[in-house]
Amino acid sequence: MKLTGAQMVCEGLVKEGVGVIFGILGGALLPLYDTLPQYPQLRHILVRHEQGAAHAADGYARATGKVGVCFATSGPGATNLVTGIANAHLDSVPVLAITGQVARPFIGKDAFQEVDITGITLPITKHNYLVMDAAEIPKVVKEAIYLARTGRPGPVLIDLPRDVQIEQAEFHYPAKVDLPSYKPTLRGHPAQVKKAAKLINEAQAPVIIAGRGVIISGGYSELKELAETAQIPVITTLLGISCFPESHALSYGMLGMHGMAYANMAVDAADLIIAIGMRFDDRATAKVSAFAPHAHIIHIDIDPAEIGKNVRVDVPIVGDAAAVLKELNKLVNPAKHIDWVRQLDDWRKEHPLTIIRDTEQLLPQYVVRQIYEATKGEAIIVTGVGQHQMWAAQHYWYDRPNTFISSGGLGTMGFGLPASIGAKVGCPDETVWCIDGDGSFQMTIQELATIVQEKVAVKIAVLHNNYLGMVRQWQEMFYGKRYVATPLSSPDFVKIAQAYGFPALRVEHKKEVIPAIQKAMEEPGPFLIDFNIEPEENVYPMVPPGAALSEVLEGPKKQAKAAKDSAKLPVSNL
Amino acid sequence: MTKHTIVALVADKPGVLNHMASLFRRRGFNIESIAVGHSEVPHRSRMTIVVDGANTMVEQVRKQLDKVVDVVKVFDITGDAMIARELALIKVTATSTTRSEIIEIVDIFRANIVDVASDSVTIEVTGDENKINSLLKLLRGFGIKEIAKTGRIAMARGAARASPVEKKATKAKGKKTS
Repeated sequence: MKLTGAQMVCEGLVKEGVGVIFGILGGALLPLYDTLPQYPQLRHILVRHEQGAAHAADGYARATGKVGVCFATSGPGATNLVTGIANAHLDSVPVLAITGQVARPFIGKDAFQEVDITGITLPITKHNYLVMDAAEIPKVVKEAIYLARTGRPGPVLIDLPRDVQIEQAEFHYPAKVDLPSYKPTLRGHPAQVKKAAKLINEAQAPVIIAGRGVIISGGYSELKELAETAQIPVITTLLGISCFPESHALSYGMLGMHGMAYANMAVDAADLIIAIGMRFDDRATAKVSAFAPHAHIIHIDIDPAEIGKNVRVDVPIVGDAAAVLKELNKLVNPAKHIDWVRQLDDWRKEHPLTIIRDTEQLLPQYVVRQIYEATKGEAIIVTGVGQHQMWAAQHYWYDRPNTFISSGGLGTMGFGLPASIGAKVGCPDETVWCIDGDGSFQMTIQELATIVQEKVAVKIAVLHNNYLGMVRQWQEMFYGKRYVATPLSSPDFVKIAQAYGFPALRVEHKKEVIPAIQKAMEEPGPFLIDFNIEPEENVYPMVPPGAALSEVLEGPKKQAKAAKDSAKLPVSNL
Repeated sequence: MTKHTIVALVADKPGVLNHMASLFRRRGFNIESIAVGHSEVPHRSRMTIVVDGANTMVEQVRKQLDKVVDVVKVFDITGDAMIARELALIKVTATSTTRSEIIEIVDIFRANIVDVASDSVTIEVTGDENKINSLLKLLRGFGIKEIAKTGRIAMARGAARASPVEKKATKAKGKKTS
């Protein structure tokens, strides 16, 4: 059977179980879009900017575990995807981006809307293709989806010249992928697993640091079994949040720059770190030379290139987190670690995070806590990047697996709104809250039109402080309070929402918080709340840049200890 | 800092060399030489890359190279017993009085004269870097007009390293692999 290139792309997507595409068309992608009505199984969601398409595909992929797909035309359409692709790359999210390209005879001639997108995305995709022959499309689509979702997941891009979309060829869809050079290791090496079990069985003060790899592998029960069998405290990375129930007695929150003080203290004092599906990012380890100074480190990761990249590792295990944990659990002896767990509980009592200042001011932490109460902790929370992201990570307790969606590695402001669209489209029966800041929100605010046109019932909480708050906090602490370029004059978000055509409320006082959230929950469609929060509230705890995890600042009182001026900051990744 | 010799088997496709070079560039490595050619397997090229760098950094790059989908396998054969060769073409000023002396040196080095003109000779020499450098040192006095050098190509000695493709093929025949 002969099909056009465009039809073959759609056939492939349908065969791979793709149901939703986020995108914007354009000249170079017209043939593909013209074919879409023949495939009603493929729902197309028109976004307002291609960055939104990539983030929505990313949010969809994180929420569902399936590959998120986005389309963009050649040239500017393709370059607008770049931030979203880089974001998916750093957070290991399976995204398939399909871009239009100028027709083959025009490639390399600086044709209208031509850009070398495979060249541009080379370092930020797991793999990419420029398809020069329609007959290759079935194999390319099959491979691209396979590469995106297997091993360490990541974005894959297919660049389709306009004339290849029209070209006809015989359609043979391959039954399986044949990639001899790509064979991810899933099962851990038995000898390494044995060594790890020995270290665990001998440890007096072990700590698990769990990352997004646990979520990707679906290893929730395996992680729980390990923690409970040997009574090992569990700490997560930012992206590991919700891989272990936070109300569990062995859950000690998140580590890192804005992690819980007790979590950072535990890592600092531990004699064994069991790192699972995480990559020792500098925001998590703080000063890397002072990271876990007393501990042996077991590192379980599917990507061999992550082993030993940032910290020394005593027992590396390359493999899928769930598969390795399953084998490890067979060898781990029941243990109690009574003194160690008691020590952590004492630290948690002495350095609590959960107490929110009792004041009439409208505090962002209070807002997050009330969203937690109203949703009974069962919503999917999607965030942008900034202070609000940290408050959402700290003050909402995630008990259900995979309910926290945030931009970690790239720290992409503007991720929240489009990613929440993707999450809600992927999980229509879930309550999805987008917690955003006024700075982050305005970077992709145009997607409000998408939620109205596509009737995506996300609830949006804008923590509005008229600052690029996280940067302002740094200026306050390390740049002598010189607030250069951080004050924002943000618009009236209630009027903005109304102009887009959906209801919204402004909250200026603490007493209005609960009723407003209730109103948002009762509304069947999208709803926005503009929370005018205390403008100069800071995120604590905080490990100052260049400091060790043990040097955590818990509040403004101890701030005097922090470096006074940027000139005195040690060299680190600011 | 150690000089590393990295051998890679890669798919013979556009963009692969670019991808590999960019992984070195990103980490601030200066590639000293790179040689690419067909391998014993169809549609597979073999690259020999020479870089100067700290062991841990080179190992990190090697792992990143290994992740590139079109890269079948990468070895760092620096520590192994290996055969490493370069080829150089050297054009030297030669007058009737110096020509015979040059020919003598060329013979000692088991090099060849591949072109003779009235005022110059062109020498072809194969060997490791030391040999080529020694020859260059001796020829410098005559006046070197032009040098063209390939990068290093290298191979581990003995049957120590088999590519995964080779291994697979041997396995299929039911033989034990090394």
